[in-house]
Amino acid sequence: MTERGIPMEAEVVARVDESPTIFSLSLKLVDGDQHDSYRFMPGQFNMLYLYGVGEIPISIVGDPDQPDLLQHTFRTVGRVTRGFARLQPGDRIGLRGPFGRGWPLEAARNRDVLIVTGGLGCAPVVPVINHVLNQRQQHGRVAILQGVKHSDDFIWRGRYEQWDAEPDTQVLLAADVAGPEWRGYRGRVTGLFEKLELDFVNGITMMCGPGPMMTAAGQQLLERGAGPDRIWFSLERNMQCAVGQCGHCQYGEKFVCRDGPVFPYADIQHLFGVRGI
Amino acid sequence: MERPGFLPRQRLDDLLVLLRDSGYRVIGPQLAEGAVVYRDIGAASDLPAGVTVESGPGSMRVIKQDSPRQFAWANGPQALKPRLFKPAESLWQVQRDAQGRLSFARCDETPQAVAVIGVRACDLAALRIHDQHFLESEYRDPYYARRRERLLLVAVNCTDPATTCFCASTGDGPAASGDYDLLLDELEDGFLVTSGSPEGQKLSAALALTPAPDARCEVARAAVERAAAVQTRRLPPGDLFDRLFAHRDHPRWSEVANRCLACGNCTQVCPTCFCSRERDETPLDGASSVHQREWDSCFTEGHSYIHGLVIRAETRQRYRQWLTHKLGSWHRQFGRSGCVGCGRCILWCPVGIDITEEVHVLMQEPVHD
Repeated sequence: MTERGIPMEAEVVARVDESPTIFSLSLKLVDGDQHDSYRFMPGQFNMLYLYGVGEIPISIVGDPDQPDLLQHTFRTVGRVTRGFARLQPGDRIGLRGPFGRGWPLEAARNRDVLIVTGGLGCAPVVPVINHVLNQRQQHGRVAILQGVKHSDDFIWRGRYEQWDAEPDTQVLLAADVAGPEWRGYRGRVTGLFEKLELDFVNGITMMCGPGPMMTAAGQQLLERGAGPDRIWFSLERNMQCAVGQCGHCQYGEKFVCRDGPVFPYADIQHLFGVRGI
Repeated sequence: MERPGFLPRQRLDDLLVLLRDSGYRVIGPQLAEGAVVYRDIGAASDLPAGVTVESGPGSMRVIKQDSPRQFAWANGPQALKPRLFKPAESLWQVQRDAQGRLSFARCDETPQAVAVIGVRACDLAALRIHDQHFLESEYRDPYYARRRERLLLVAVNCTDPATTCFCASTGDGPAASGDYDLLLDELEDGFLVTSGSPEGQKLSAALALTPAPDARCEVARAAVERAAAVQTRRLPPGDLFDRLFAHRDHPRWSEVANRCLACGNCTQVCPTCFCSRERDETPLDGASSVHQREWDSCFTEGHSYIHGLVIRAETRQRYRQWLTHKLGSWHRQFGRSGCVGCGRCILWCPVGIDITEEVHVLMQEPVHD
């Protein structure tokens, strides 16, 4: 049993503006011991604290094999993220974490891997993609599907191009609404499933994005023969304590912060897609 | 089992003095603001003698009777929950220096040892649940823990349940069980005293009580039995998760939402509700900030807010969340129901929504026996 902790001081070492409303911060824990001992698993999140404003859960982007590069990507949407949007290199924030259970790395070994994301749902899967591609020979075929509402919302073009160049790796992009420059698919990300050359039955899918997208994609995968223990979702809920006590993240009997945020479909199918749960 | 000792009513002050001399701040029930509330007790004369409480859905009236009894009422709006899980408290603070560097420190006060007199069976059952939640899950809450370690409990078996009480059906009362240090049975002229812990044994021994005769024990036992028998409300037993979720689109959810004010009173008086929100409080000098925790309620809009979206936007969904959690999901989280039958949510609901009635309608069963 662990005692609930307090934030550690972290310094913003780099900032990247990904789009007019999306930005990334690279963080470094200031205390040497904390910096050296910090480890995370792909799919876990940190509670980031902005001085005098509050804490928010943000998934960890980056490579678990390089834990000193703690990257987080934000969408400016609320009171706290608007505050974070003003940060510049050298600014200090608080960090508690990592929290939660991440992606099923062991279960993905020697299997085809499908990653499906919508909008900024791509952020929590970046570390798992890095991990899978770092150990390319230990996995089967890899497919990465990313959907956005509008083609202007698409971020990380360079990353996707890099992944696309990997052997046996398909990268497919979809935009519901696309500008003239868009070379990807026009429509929902689920419309890309028929282009996939994957073993759905024995492969494993990891998914993160808006609820309706995940519900539709989950249904399609089941129809294509994937078992409910082979489809994994990362869920989002209001989180304030991150240790399963404040009650906000409850999803039926689950505390998403502690029991998730990553769940196999089999564990949540009795609630999945129900509005207002 | 140890034979209870007998403490004559006029010697109740001896117990209070003993607790105080043992280093405890003594908290107990008093009549204040028109209700039975738990506050600092100076002497046994502060206890609500002759007070009984008449209650119903959304109503409560204190009645004074010519009786020496000090525990002839069921419960007040709050008992143990705010002692351990504070309605508001500071978790940590952060200082910011001129260079913008931050230093964080836990708010660490050592609380005074507290003895609470007049703890009911329902509140002991709720305490066990909060111990599980705050102390025995994956993370331990240090704020709850340090108060819990310094808490002494003097339980009193319930003899006068309110009409809103249904602890007999949840299996949590009216006889107290669990983590009490001393247990009292109130008789007309005094109390049976049973110890439930080494600390309780020490106190009991220090009081040098004479063993209670069989006849008194029999009177006490019969009073508690009667307190169970007179309860008319009940909840169906067991994990209702599947049955409630099978009815998740039942029209009753909308019907109850038309009456429900989403005020959250039920969650504030519920001894097992544990939701809290966190926020910063920043002094005007801008050099520090205090991170606070305070009770929250799943009936608020903010409870399910996530990046610009409220997941449970409708009262119907919030009431469903509360009820399905309390009587369904709770079993899977804690191995038992989240309802201890205290009836506070019925009594303190401004529009008198009755959890037992709602459950029975939702599961299409008759309301009363």
